[in-house]
Amino acid sequence: MDYFWVPFLPMLGIIIPLLTNKLNRSACALTTALLPAVALCLIFLDLPAILAGESFHKSFEWIPQLGLSLSFRLDGLAALFSILILGIGLLVILYARYYLSAKDNMGRFYCYLIMFMTAMLGIVMSNNMLQLWFYWELTSISSFLLIGFWSYNSDARKGARMALTITGAGGLALLAGIILLAQVVGSYELDVVLNSGELVRQSPYYLAILGLFLIGAFTKSAQFPFHFWLPHAMAAPTPVSAYLHSATMVKAGIFLLARFYPVLAGTETWFVVVSLTGLFTMLLGAYTALFKHDLKGLLAYSTISHLGLIVLLLGLNTELAAIAAIFHIMNHAVFKASLFMAAGIIDHESGSRDMRKINGLWKYMPVTATLAMVASAAMAGVPLLNGFLSKEMFFTETLAQSILGSMSWLVPVLATIAAAFSVAYSLRFIHDVFFNGEPKGLPKTPHEPPRYMRVPVEILVAICLLVGIFPNYTIGPLLENASLAVFNHPLPEYSISIWHGFNLPLLMSGMATLGGVGIYLNRKHLFKFAGMFPDIDAKFIFEGCIQACVRWAQKVTNGLENGSLQRYAFCLCFFALLLIAPPLFELETTRGSLPGTPLNGAVIIAAVLIIAGSLATIIWSHYRLIALLMLSLVGLVVSITFAYFSAPDLALTQLSVEIVTVILLLLALYFFPQHTPTSKSRPSRFVRDLAVASLIGCIIGSISFALMTHPLDSISAFFLANSKTGGGGTNVVNVILVDFRGFDTFGEITVLGIAALGIHKLIARMRLSTHNKDDDGRRWAKEKYPVLLSVVSQSLLPLFLLISVYIFMRGHNLPGGGFIAGLITSIALIQQYLANGVGWMVKRVSINYHYMIAIGLITAGLTGLGSWLFGRPFLTSWFEYVSLPWIGKFELASALLFDIGVYFTVIGATLLILASLGKLTTTERLTVGER
Amino acid sequence: MELVYAICVGFMSACGIFLMLRGHTFTLVIGLTLLSYAVNLFLFASGGLTIGAPAVLNSSENYADPLPQALVLTAIVIGFAMTAFAVILAMRGRADLGSDHVDGTEAFDPLSEEKS
Repeated sequence: MDYFWVPFLPMLGIIIPLLTNKLNRSACALTTALLPAVALCLIFLDLPAILAGESFHKSFEWIPQLGLSLSFRLDGLAALFSILILGIGLLVILYARYYLSAKDNMGRFYCYLIMFMTAMLGIVMSNNMLQLWFYWELTSISSFLLIGFWSYNSDARKGARMALTITGAGGLALLAGIILLAQVVGSYELDVVLNSGELVRQSPYYLAILGLFLIGAFTKSAQFPFHFWLPHAMAAPTPVSAYLHSATMVKAGIFLLARFYPVLAGTETWFVVVSLTGLFTMLLGAYTALFKHDLKGLLAYSTISHLGLIVLLLGLNTELAAIAAIFHIMNHAVFKASLFMAAGIIDHESGSRDMRKINGLWKYMPVTATLAMVASAAMAGVPLLNGFLSKEMFFTETLAQSILGSMSWLVPVLATIAAAFSVAYSLRFIHDVFFNGEPKGLPKTPHEPPRYMRVPVEILVAICLLVGIFPNYTIGPLLENASLAVFNHPLPEYSISIWHGFNLPLLMSGMATLGGVGIYLNRKHLFKFAGMFPDIDAKFIFEGCIQACVRWAQKVTNGLENGSLQRYAFCLCFFALLLIAPPLFELETTRGSLPGTPLNGAVIIAAVLIIAGSLATIIWSHYRLIALLMLSLVGLVVSITFAYFSAPDLALTQLSVEIVTVILLLLALYFFPQHTPTSKSRPSRFVRDLAVASLIGCIIGSISFALMTHPLDSISAFFLANSKTGGGGTNVVNVILVDFRGFDTFGEITVLGIAALGIHKLIARMRLSTHNKDDDGRRWAKEKYPVLLSVVSQSLLPLFLLISVYIFMRGHNLPGGGFIAGLITSIALIQQYLANGVGWMVKRVSINYHYMIAIGLITAGLTGLGSWLFGRPFLTSWFEYVSLPWIGKFELASALLFDIGVYFTVIGATLLILASLGKLTTTERLTVGER
Repeated sequence: MELVYAICVGFMSACGIFLMLRGHTFTLVIGLTLLSYAVNLFLFASGGLTIGAPAVLNSSENYADPLPQALVLTAIVIGFAMTAFAVILAMRGRADLGSDHVDGTEAFDPLSEEKS
């Protein structure tokens, strides 16, 4: 198998624990460990080649338009991190098998853990920055799930949320930085980016890119001022802390700094910002750790301190600092993971993590105590252990740097102080837990853990010793290759060994050790001193900020969105006014150059009717029936206007729609109060609405006038010229509808059908109270269906249908067509409903209007698709003149078929709407609901 | 004649918008319908006003602009569907919320319900 399977194998493994959860615990752990173990083997198989200086690249296209490819690289740095992730991950799986209790859902835990492992592998092996970011965010999400694993615990929920917020926000900053960087370099591929260091550093965006990347890295790696999430993440189960918060996730930020070292490092800003942040975090972490009574709290702050140390090293302007940083990444991961596991064992077997209670455990668990003591000695930097080597290198580099100019001597001094605190808290860990009297008030008697729970700790402590004693045989070659990947150019000379002779770093180590012992011996005074400061819990500040944000957002939302349609409509109108008014001021005169049409009496009468009708609608708007009648008057005049100004199709459509609309509104009126309650709106509201409405009216009128009087060059000439030759019809309006713009019409009848179905659905479950009296207390007429109306409308039906067929058939050449014919048929049928009642109709006409809409749409759609058979685009029309004996020459057009679709859709939609509404008050309504 | 036409369009839109800004659903639907008349007339007039020359070939010398007509024709039908939807929505709102007021603040008033 190829190396690029390394990130994929754990990804496949995510579901395995869920499948094997039902089996016993060991089987579940074993199957979970299988695929990561294979992945680790793959890395080891490739290791000789990597140590020989090779690096592997593999890439697949993903979304090339975005510069996103699925691209992996395996170089020294990626291999080193992969081994850490997979190796410690396997140990954590074993450890968690014994740590989790029977109550915990083990499959779910392993599932999250493996998801996290996949994400981490993705980060270190990505060769594409966007892909890297994707995995980066995946670590935030999976760590959220892991920290909050004990979700019944409030601390766990809060800690998880805090970690997600901080690292997620950092992730967004990183994304911005990545996009900016890619804009500068012109590629998202790391191969390209890493070789463009000079270009990036010269770019004017360098500072922005650096800032965004640093925010991303510092939030993830818990650097000041973002460090506070890490101690709260300790609410997670201890295997999670051992894995995420010591060895892997918090190292992701540092990995990012190391990965982009060739691109971003090397400037004054980098050195100052990165090193000072690291220095301060290191001091703060080391100091705070000493005062933590919680075992995991101490380790968390110690982690913050060590992360600060690594960041400081990456920020030093000496050549070997980066090598020391990578060395310390590994060493810290190993000893801190083992310490967390030891802390977990102590917690598990004694029931407490409070160092004021757990004392003198040496007697109860000597083996664990020995292991923990060796690991904390490594943390303190005692010779013959791995921590000592990297700490010596660290001291050497602090002496060699010159970041602060003449004040650079401060760095080694502060480093020694931090190291002294590090020794002090390591001492406290050993002395308070394993000695210092007897346990006080523990819930259970401590004892050694199960045999295999200790194995991971034993392995890690053995590595501490091996690396500490034989550095060059164990870690040397890999470290060299990883550093090579960071530098991107040949390495300077360096040597790792335990004994460099009597020199300044050794002296610093000695001073730190002595100082640490001194601090620990005087701890009483220090605790008293630290107790004088108020105890600030970042959790409360953070939760306060979050709640303030939520309150603020709610306030803004409620301020803008108060649920009043009146306000929304007003805002819409007001802003529309603001947008359309300014261009009008640029038009010099409203009247254009076209000569006007002379006025005549008919037009004046129509205008008076329209204005009077509109006005009457407003004035009598409280009497709903009268308002409706006035409205229909306006509608009628509008259709006459269409007829007068050479638009017979429009006039016919408007007239039939008018009838349907009025019937609909009359039906609806039955369910509404007949009078609108007298307006309670304030005079100011009245004036405001009047002003906005009038202004918009003026503007629309002006635009309309300007449009009519200015010469306009439109594309209509094309339709006039091609209607007969291209569409085979002389009624240009109809040809446009069914041929030239057939696709639009298709969309429109679809909307019509959807609206009708929506209305049907709205009506189906409506519960309305109906009344047997009108507003004035009069009963409705008993006589439901007048005989005269019933007889006349029945005899008119055939005539109606005949007319509609006629209108339909002539539509292509004379005013008419599918829309109008459909509306006429609908009116004919509605009239039957009105005159004879729903029950009468249901017995005689069993048309399912849903199917009718569907048939119409399918007919229109298939007509369109038919043109594909002839290799033409959708809805290309075809027509031919055919002559038959006796009938003569006539035209066959595919557009006619399309128009049939329109016809049926219109009938189906109109009748579905009106019939559904009409059936509401009858016994037929149940069937409406069922259909 | 253009001036009179424009005044009518402007007046209808103003009335429609004013009605739409009122507080009850039925008034709102009526306002919407009035506004859609105005908009249809407005769109129709963008091709100019022509008398006695429908866009049917071989029927006259110069033709009225067919494009706005085709657009308005579908607009009328869609406008009907929209009006229908709005009015049914208003009915449903009244059925579920017990009020036909649209400002979102007026609570259900059992007294007015009994009266109606």
